[in-house]
Amino acid sequence: MSAFRVEVRVMPRAALLDPQGQAVEHALHALGFGEVARVRMGKHLVLEVTAGSRDEALARARAMCDRLLANPVTEDYDLAVDGGAAR
Amino acid sequence: MKRVAVVVFPGSNCDAETLAAARAAGSDAYFVWHRDTDLRQADVVILPGGFSYGDYLRSGAIARFSAVMGAVAEHAHAGGAVLGICNGFQILCEAGLLPGALMRNARLRFLSRPVWVRVEQTDTPFTSLYEKGEVLEIPVAHGDGRYVVDPRTAAELEATDRVVWRYVRENPNGSTSEIAGVTNAGRNVVGIMPHPERRDAPALGGQDGARVFHSMEARHATQHAVDVRAVDDRHLRV
Repeated sequence: MSAFRVEVRVMPRAALLDPQGQAVEHALHALGFGEVARVRMGKHLVLEVTAGSRDEALARARAMCDRLLANPVTEDYDLAVDGGAAR
Repeated sequence: MKRVAVVVFPGSNCDAETLAAARAAGSDAYFVWHRDTDLRQADVVILPGGFSYGDYLRSGAIARFSAVMGAVAEHAHAGGAVLGICNGFQILCEAGLLPGALMRNARLRFLSRPVWVRVEQTDTPFTSLYEKGEVLEIPVAHGDGRYVVDPRTAAELEATDRVVWRYVRENPNGSTSEIAGVTNAGRNVVGIMPHPERRDAPALGGQDGARVFHSMEARHATQHAVDVRAVDDRHLRV
């Protein structure tokens, strides 16, 4: 068994209004960063998962996302394990 | 007299008013702690408003895994009446007992003020004493009140008359189709964002919310939901 560092990125689904992202975008524009558009804001979670393999760690993290970390109605997520990305 | 279990989570803050509103309507209401798994023969379960677990991760996301929620789901699946108010609505959505989810208000601000809702459906255990189309003034107090649901489910909710309350005059939080409250396919589980327990007496500025609780006691309130009583862990239809 080894410990794998799993990073989880949870984002509001693209079709849904993201008022926090919009507020950040307006603030950036107010600061003169006019080149920025379509700012969206989500969550980034870092987990340490003990598992027999990288694939097992990924499968367990995916189960955690489906069960708790992301809301399937409103959010999408992707995962990265120890530097290598997977979806 | 109905037995009404008001579930208390860490961070619930409308539990006392909800208990008082149910008692004022004549119910035998009592608290059930979130770690309990026994609803003590409840006829009705109410998940009150508040900020269970500090709204960490998402509103209701942690509370929905509380020990008591297994019993609440069992009660709901057996046809027992369940009402979620504000945070209780969020918990029922997270638990999958109601469709959709509640997201951050469209204009971000936490809203604590009266709004107006129209009663769309009266064949639920919590609206039987209202008239269809009646407009009620009831306060909201939420930061995550924007009801969101995928277009297919939204169409299904409309086609099967499952939108129970709709905001009128304004849409305070950007909810899909001005939805303020919904029910499940069995019409026994109901969620509402505004707080009817905060408008159940003239001294509170109005009593438009009182009939939510009186409806539980009304005889015909059980016409559409099977009257279920849990005895020795078995649900008996009576």
